[in-house]
Amino acid sequence: MTTAGRPELDETSRRVRHGQGERPGRRRGRGPADAALLLIGACFVLPLLWLVFGSLDAEAGYQTRLPASASLANFTAVLTPELLLRPLWNSLLLSAGTASVTLVAAVLAAYPLSRFESRFNRPFMYSILCGTCLPVTAIMVPVYGLFVQLRLLDSQPATVLFMAATALPMAIWMTKNFMDAVPVSLEEAAWVDGASGLTALRAVVLPLMRQGLGVVFIFVFIQTWGNFFVPFILLLSPSKQPASVSIFSFFGQHGAIAYGQLAAFSILYSVPVLVLYVLVARGAGGSFALSGAMKG
Amino acid sequence: MLPVVPSVLLILLFLAAPILWSFHASFTNAALTGRNARNPAWTGVENYVRLLGDSAFPAAVVLTVVFVAASAVVGQNMLGLLIAGLMTRARRPVAAVVGTAVVAAWVLPEIVAAFAAYAYFSKDGTLNQVLGGAGMAGADWLYAYPMVAVVLANIWRGTAFSMLVYRAALADVPQDISEAALMDGAAGWQRLVFITLPLIRSSIATNLMLVTLQTLAVFTLIWVMTAGGPSNASTTLPVLAYQEAFKFGDIGYGTAIASVLIVLGLVFGIAYVRLLRGDKR
Repeated sequence: MTTAGRPELDETSRRVRHGQGERPGRRRGRGPADAALLLIGACFVLPLLWLVFGSLDAEAGYQTRLPASASLANFTAVLTPELLLRPLWNSLLLSAGTASVTLVAAVLAAYPLSRFESRFNRPFMYSILCGTCLPVTAIMVPVYGLFVQLRLLDSQPATVLFMAATALPMAIWMTKNFMDAVPVSLEEAAWVDGASGLTALRAVVLPLMRQGLGVVFIFVFIQTWGNFFVPFILLLSPSKQPASVSIFSFFGQHGAIAYGQLAAFSILYSVPVLVLYVLVARGAGGSFALSGAMKG
Repeated sequence: MLPVVPSVLLILLFLAAPILWSFHASFTNAALTGRNARNPAWTGVENYVRLLGDSAFPAAVVLTVVFVAASAVVGQNMLGLLIAGLMTRARRPVAAVVGTAVVAAWVLPEIVAAFAAYAYFSKDGTLNQVLGGAGMAGADWLYAYPMVAVVLANIWRGTAFSMLVYRAALADVPQDISEAALMDGAAGWQRLVFITLPLIRSSIATNLMLVTLQTLAVFTLIWVMTAGGPSNASTTLPVLAYQEAFKFGDIGYGTAIASVLIVLGLVFGIAYVRLLRGDKR
């Protein structure tokens, strides 16, 4: 009798416990909500299928179809130094360079903004915030003109500095928010021990906000890695162009015959940022990076 | 204040200077090559007068407004809210899988997303296959309906941002308020309109502002899919500025268009800052 009653009791109590943290009406709306979400999800996956199937199909067209015989021929065809490896290396140089410059500049700028009260802080932060809103596409024509005047066209370092400047407003904003979360009391202890402001920053604050710094670095890295328009305008010689531009110029001309290779190239070029994104999302919990950027 | 110097220098040299130069060059006949590239002459408001008279400019303004309104304000914003709302009700694994699918389109490099969208909407692409499978006639989307194609592609590409914003916002809505309304017999849509939406209105405003700005700047997606064509049918302002400056070599005219875009961006930027500031009070 008692043993027979147990499971039932457990079942009820579990249901009660389970229901506690949930919204009212949640259970009722579950089936339809699941179905609607899956339908939307399918619509979002559909355009990506072609990339996957096409890359494995030696005779791919713009149709999505299961390859008659899966082969890695497309991947081996694009895995040549001048087609894929050098552009990817250039992408790495540009992205790592931009992310490093941005991070150093952002940390240096965020430190006084976060730690010292000044009447310039608020206007500065608000103009920075305004800068995050600037449509970069809009300034590319004048930037090209400026680069011509300064003879900086086709220079990778100059391109890195420009991309760092465009990434800076958002990076300063995020870094300051992460830095605000580090308690000042720890630094004060360091100051008492005779450390200067910058020493305290390096020895105390930065180690404590490692994760936040990682988020900012990866955020800028992903953004630069995927950027097409800026290097498309500022870098002219193919030997300096990153993968985003070389993929466009190669397949813009030859794409009509090599869809499968285009898909394979796209996948190889996308994998690094997908991995980095997962790293940030896992390590920092979903929309953490975004909340760092959005909070006022 | 010394540590701020590198940032300020970078921003002044690479952001502020181009903006000022843009306003300056838009009053000249600067060209990409030739005599006017060396010594551009001051032409006053000629470029702006030309803008108003040029039929391509008003058309591009209209297309830009349509593109932003349809793909950002309505498409990404509403769909993002819908997905986030459904996620609070759906089973966790379903929400996680669909969330990944939506975010995937957003994390991909823009040129890859653009190629995928091009393949999807092309004549024998996936969309027409699906429509054909359902017994419907397809179309040559990129030529017959270029705006429809780029709007849908941009919704696909950008909805993840709105979804993430609204997921965070909805997670902050206190449950007891919604529960109290349920007790009082409020229907689902009533709770949405009278309780949830007012509670997340600052997130809605922020999100609208940001997706509008992001969409205003979209170039690669349109450039790869339609290159602004056929015959300017999908030429938005960024595409027009690019064409005038680099295809036709008229930097002066191109910067005039760019200046219009910059002013638009600044107006939205200032409005956004005011919004956040008002929030704090």
